[in-house]
Amino acid sequence: MQERELRNLIADVKTGQLSRRAFVQRMIAVGLTAPLAGMMLAQSGVPMAAAEIPYKPTKAGGGGVLKLLYWQAVTLLNPHFAIGTKDQEGSRIFYEPLAGWDAEGNLVAVLAAEIPTKDNDGLAEDGRSVVWKLKRGVKWHDGKPFTADDVVFTWEYARTPETAAVSIGSYKDVKAEKVDDFTVRVTFAKPTPYWADAFVGVYGMILPKHLFADYIGAKSRDAPTNLKPVGTGPYLFVDFKPGDMVLAKRNPDYHVANRPYFDTLEVKGGGDAVSAARAVLQTGEYDYAWNMQVEDEILQKLEAGGKGRVNINLSGNVEFIMLNATDPAVEVDGERASVKTRHPLFSDPAVRQAINLLIDRASIQKFIYGRAAVASANFLNNPERFRSKNTKFELNIEKANAILEAAGWKKGADGIRAKDGKALKFVYQTSINAPRQKTQAIIKQACQKAGIDVELKQVVGSVFFSSDTANPDTYPHFYCDAQMYNTTMPQPDPQIFMNQYLSWEIANKENKWQGRNVSRWQNKEYDAIYKQAEQELDAVKRAAMYIKLNDMVVGDNYIQPLLARSRVAALKNGLTAHLSGWDMDMWQLANWYREA
Amino acid sequence: MAVASVAILALLTAAVLFGPLAWRMPINEIDFTARLSSPSWEHPFGTDDLGQDLLARMLYGGRISLAVGFAAMAVAIIVGTLIGAISGISRGSVDAVLMWITDLFLALPQLPLLLLVIYLFRDFLKNLVGAEGGVFILIVLVIGAFRWMPVARLVRAQFLSLREKEFVEAARALGATTPRLVMRHILPNSLGPVIVAGTIDVAAAIIAESTLSFLGLGFPPDIPTWGRLLFDAKDYLDIAPHWALFAGAAIFLTVLAINFIGDGLRDALDPRKVM
Amino acid sequence: MGKYILRRLLIALPSLLGISLILFVLLALAPGDPFGELATNSNIPPEVRAALRVKFGIDDPILIRYLRWLAAMLQGDWGFSFASRIDVDKLILQRVPTTLFVVGSSQLLALVVALPVGVYAAMRPYSIFDQIANTFAFIGFSLPTFFTGLLLILIFSINLGWLPFVYRADIAATGWQWAFEYFKQAIMPITVLGLFQAASYTRYVRSAVLDVIRLDYVTTARSKGLDESKVVIKHVVRNALIPVVTLVALQMPAVFGGAIITEQIFRIPGIGSLLIAAILANDTPVIMAVTFVFACLVVIFNLLADIIYGWLDPRISYR
Repeated sequence: MQERELRNLIADVKTGQLSRRAFVQRMIAVGLTAPLAGMMLAQSGVPMAAAEIPYKPTKAGGGGVLKLLYWQAVTLLNPHFAIGTKDQEGSRIFYEPLAGWDAEGNLVAVLAAEIPTKDNDGLAEDGRSVVWKLKRGVKWHDGKPFTADDVVFTWEYARTPETAAVSIGSYKDVKAEKVDDFTVRVTFAKPTPYWADAFVGVYGMILPKHLFADYIGAKSRDAPTNLKPVGTGPYLFVDFKPGDMVLAKRNPDYHVANRPYFDTLEVKGGGDAVSAARAVLQTGEYDYAWNMQVEDEILQKLEAGGKGRVNINLSGNVEFIMLNATDPAVEVDGERASVKTRHPLFSDPAVRQAINLLIDRASIQKFIYGRAAVASANFLNNPERFRSKNTKFELNIEKANAILEAAGWKKGADGIRAKDGKALKFVYQTSINAPRQKTQAIIKQACQKAGIDVELKQVVGSVFFSSDTANPDTYPHFYCDAQMYNTTMPQPDPQIFMNQYLSWEIANKENKWQGRNVSRWQNKEYDAIYKQAEQELDAVKRAAMYIKLNDMVVGDNYIQPLLARSRVAALKNGLTAHLSGWDMDMWQLANWYREA
Repeated sequence: MAVASVAILALLTAAVLFGPLAWRMPINEIDFTARLSSPSWEHPFGTDDLGQDLLARMLYGGRISLAVGFAAMAVAIIVGTLIGAISGISRGSVDAVLMWITDLFLALPQLPLLLLVIYLFRDFLKNLVGAEGGVFILIVLVIGAFRWMPVARLVRAQFLSLREKEFVEAARALGATTPRLVMRHILPNSLGPVIVAGTIDVAAAIIAESTLSFLGLGFPPDIPTWGRLLFDAKDYLDIAPHWALFAGAAIFLTVLAINFIGDGLRDALDPRKVM
Repeated sequence: MGKYILRRLLIALPSLLGISLILFVLLALAPGDPFGELATNSNIPPEVRAALRVKFGIDDPILIRYLRWLAAMLQGDWGFSFASRIDVDKLILQRVPTTLFVVGSSQLLALVVALPVGVYAAMRPYSIFDQIANTFAFIGFSLPTFFTGLLLILIFSINLGWLPFVYRADIAATGWQWAFEYFKQAIMPITVLGLFQAASYTRYVRSAVLDVIRLDYVTTARSKGLDESKVVIKHVVRNALIPVVTLVALQMPAVFGGAIITEQIFRIPGIGSLLIAAILANDTPVIMAVTFVFACLVVIFNLLADIIYGWLDPRISYR
């Protein structure tokens, strides 16, 4: 999709021919995120929709106990130390950012008085600064007032390397300064099209200066508040047992009227996803269960009981297969899969194209992931006028056979194709996880029918997803022919996400496999466009560049997207929770309520 | 009872050895139209959630399960008896060292150790004896290595008690050498718990194999061993009970047969037979 | 005897030291790193991960880390959890009561079931009672706990709705109400673990009693016309207890160490679930602390077993 087409679409949104939601969905289909789409519209003069979050109770309290079930238990409650999503979710009960992202990619103010725009002088014309106006009258749980000092302190805290905050990426290159008690200006070193990062969403939770001021830098781990959070959120801290449960009670001084609805809050952790689903959908022991990574078949059976339902939200996560561009069997200068080599099989475009035709994405979605994912080659398929002949996905074993035959890969006596003495055999690895093993089985079988022999390999998740430099089984080493995993998009902007195909990001021995480009695919044009996009201030032009980058990667067939994964939660009947695929599940906890 | 059990065990072995020749359905043929179907003539044991035939999978996986079960049991029993016997008869520093090793093995955290073993030895063994053989040896050794300690402690305790019994004293007074004492008098009388441990270990090893495949140490998850089938089936227990039923029944039958054989064995070994 | 115990205790110290060194090296060599999850997060620059590794001293030589750990341990500092950023001893102490209660009760249940059943079955081998007891025992150890646990949940929680299947260590009620709730949620995990254990205990007890019942002095006692129950208790059971004591001593450390699978299924906040979470997160200080305490218990209980042998069978001499 080109810039001109994007502008046409935006014009359609402006004139009302295309709904905002439809626009966002199309942007997701071409590999962009909803928040980026929202910002594109905002910059083009379509304001962020005034997010109306329905809330029926007429007074705070009276809702009894709200019971949440996380099958991975919360292990710590400082959002800037959060190792996994579970910790971020747990922290979000107590801490709040200036703003969050809704399901449509709109910014929704939380501790901010309003969302900065050009109209309210929040956004500078040159894209180098943004001014946040803070909500007045907000109190920390200990009664102290919330001010600009806390916001500036949070920036100071997170950007200090010795603090070892996981949010450092959002703060190290920006500068935050206090304008007055309720105004903060964030300035950027260079024009920054994506300004809503610091103080927003997952990494944006504000810490109280008066409790953390003595624990900045190397002393950060000693802060008593790390385990007993004091935030501005709708619930007050009661008790926390790491790896087991969090207890909280209603904050009577919450800064939004009539909220929250529930009197106490209980978060229980541990166990497995299937039994968590049972506890909500089948017995109703719990009100909500997080991250239902369960075969859809089981979920549907459980839902049939009528006690609860499954809530599905689109997210930026993609399950994909990557084919190694380099040869993992040959060792050059002490490392395998060196960029100096080329893969003996996959360097032939016919092989890559054939494999693309052998992936039965539709069945993988239908029979394994169900409603929790959308089969995708990460491309725009509809409407007709945008459909590209090269980008649709299909399962076509005959065509795959024909392509291989034409490229000179002939079947041997054992039914395996070979060319120049090289047999079409490869090893395909992934982490140990039931749906992934089923996906492997489906792809292996299709490949067999095309004369390709696939050996399946599984590595336990805690090893596969580690950065252990000594272990050859980790995914950054990629000492294997093909591998599959889910790439997550922790930031709702593609800039950092797309760096995983840059030539200077290639993971190798020299950078201890810390480089982000694991597939070792490289392309000079890609590098050049990426550098351009980093400086591009026009949101539409920038979006077009990212779409182009996405097309380049996928079009070369080294990277084979399978599914756009969704976020799935289980909710008990009667509970209204406002979930978004672009922020944490707890992002609107204050507005959760229950109807009889 | 023991004779009938031998027959059952022989039947099970014959089924997994020759069954795949008679029942030609492939084990990994995916058929989405026949997912989770109940037993029928076409699929006598029904199908799993990818529509794969469970009978074929049971027969194929049974070879591995039975082989792993017996081999791992043999390793655990032989190592355990050897260490327990040496320790029980020699005492002193030899006993102290051997029991220290036993304590060490009992204290080792299994999961990290398994990960370390995979990391260190998988490729080495794969190159040495091929993928399947290497995995088999690794699994048998690992399960055996984690299960010999109770046997050793039991045998040693028996030895400590038996070596002071009258009949042993009598044999010693008659000038029997230590090896003869052990082989003729003490060991046969301490086999009771060993036989029990052996019969329990077969079941434990079959189940342990399925947990190992989760660590990437066992056979790949697409190889349907009995323990693995049981594990995969557990979440579908209320939707498709047939999936778990046959695997569970097969393990149970094996355990049943081998236990009766064990009971028969001990009765046959014991001169003072009660019956 | 006293001298023997003293000598054994003196040996126990260096042997524990040796075990701790081996455990430490093993954990250090095992693959995985505690900040692995951060590696997949594109928001975190590699420098931060490097800084974290330096901060927690992960890249120092193993021996230096071991000595540092040992020195801290001797001063009562158990270490600092990477994952929870909290002192390890606090983390473990939170879990101990639940584990002691659940696993302890299940061990007790196992013994209470296995001892009488095993003895009675052995006294009448191949009777109907023996056959039934054996069959149940076979079912007991051929079905893994992940399976029986789920089966019980399906029956008692989902179909009948009698028992909760999410275990909570923080029940809000007080007094009898509290005790009742607590008991209700503990029934299923204790049953699953207890019966699994009882199955193998029964077989061992039966075999041990059979061994003794055939020995000459029992026959002698019987022929002297002693009361049958006296024979059983005084001569048979006491001698048959040796293997049982061995087994119980082997199982006792697990009362502290917890039962990983059962704790996972019922979400019991015990040591077992702490250990598995720590292992999956590569949280080495926690793994080290738990396994080291476990190792101490193994050594202590095996020593205890050796002492009890002498009490059960006075002819066992200590040298």
